[in-house]
Amino acid sequence: MDAVFDYSGLLVQGLGVTILVTVLGAILTIVVAFIAGLCSLSTHRWLRWPATFFVEFFRGTGLLVQMFWFFYALPFLGIELAPLVAGVLALGLNEGAYAAEVVRGTIRSRAKGQTEAAIALGMTPALRMRRILIPQSIPAMLPAFGNVMVDLLKNTSLVSLVTVSDLTWRAFTARTVTGQTVELFLTILVLYYLLSLLIGWLIRYLEKRFALDRKSLAKAKPLKALAGRFSS
Amino acid sequence: MSVWDTAFAISIMPILLKGLWLTIQITLVGFVISLVVGLVVAVIRYLKIPIISPLATFYVSFVRGAPLLVQAYVAFYVLPLLGVTFDALPTGIVVIGLNYSAYTAEVYRAGIEQLHKGQWEAATALSLPRWRTWVRIVIPQAVRPIIPVLGNYLIMMFKDSAILSSITIIELLGSALSIGSSYYRYLEPISIIGLMYLAISFPCSLLIKKLERRFVPQH
Repeated sequence: MDAVFDYSGLLVQGLGVTILVTVLGAILTIVVAFIAGLCSLSTHRWLRWPATFFVEFFRGTGLLVQMFWFFYALPFLGIELAPLVAGVLALGLNEGAYAAEVVRGTIRSRAKGQTEAAIALGMTPALRMRRILIPQSIPAMLPAFGNVMVDLLKNTSLVSLVTVSDLTWRAFTARTVTGQTVELFLTILVLYYLLSLLIGWLIRYLEKRFALDRKSLAKAKPLKALAGRFSS
Repeated sequence: MSVWDTAFAISIMPILLKGLWLTIQITLVGFVISLVVGLVVAVIRYLKIPIISPLATFYVSFVRGAPLLVQAYVAFYVLPLLGVTFDALPTGIVVIGLNYSAYTAEVYRAGIEQLHKGQWEAATALSLPRWRTWVRIVIPQAVRPIIPVLGNYLIMMFKDSAILSSITIIELLGSALSIGSSYYRYLEPISIIGLMYLAISFPCSLLIKKLERRFVPQH
């Protein structure tokens, strides 16, 4: 355990970078998810088609490939990104593409009566979305967004492969110096696990806090919840 | 020299296709491991045996809660220290298979849980033996709706296998990176493999959407 104590300062710094990447990635994910998700619901094809293309493209090509593309291939096109920027950009666009499907699926599954009532009240489509559909959908999106966020946290470890000095990178370099592989890797394994439990608790708290209908929450079908992560 | 070198792109295709073939093999073998181990874990959890079942629950939660990259590092760098030495490839396949087994275990559980209680009651009323209830009633009904969900995990695994390039496996991404570092041209290899991943996973996800409409009961 010596190495873990000797390097605890550096590991804590790495933990800080991991949390920073997670938070920045989460913000970008949410922004991307809502823009792409709402555009893909649009009746306007010049909004809908690019959004659908974006989602399919970023879901289909794989996160690590995208990250390496931003980091290694983009400079050949004359654009150099800092490692942290390349990492966060890839994370946000990739997880955002998954979360866009959550946004789209949840808003589409709102009861039709809500939309009809809003139309009957003479609300414009934009107002209907902003005042009726989105506020009602957010609690319903929370469980799926929780999955995306845990996924995001775990995937932040990939930024170590594009030279960002996050938790994984610190453990890996400390390992090459000290050779204390077991202790260092097990330590960060547990740290990631604790962080993902933390995100899980946070999301469950938010779910309880903002539950629209507690009964339907309890009855939520397990398979639907799993399937909802990818499609719907 | 132009930005995109087509002649170079064509010349590297044989290496990339070899990497793609290895990626497909890793995915298929890893997926079989995840299906088998996931089933064992799901059954252990279902049986509610003291100590063993909570351990299975912890396994699912712990494996899902930590990054695949770190798990691959642990297997690749820690196991040799314990005197267990495998080549990178089998290690990588087992790691990704075990990683996904935590997800497939949850899928099986969801498949069994969404079965209506009346089905069990009816089987009991007909005094069907327990194993026949499972084989004739539970499993056939539980499996159909989980096929699309498992299919989605197969696609995710195909893309996640790129992470194994970090433990020296020359699969699709690994082959692109090794070309990149020897010719110092990254644009062509990484762009091409991105499109290869897309060319396989996109049609598969369309197929799975079709299966979903057929297999998953709609409300």
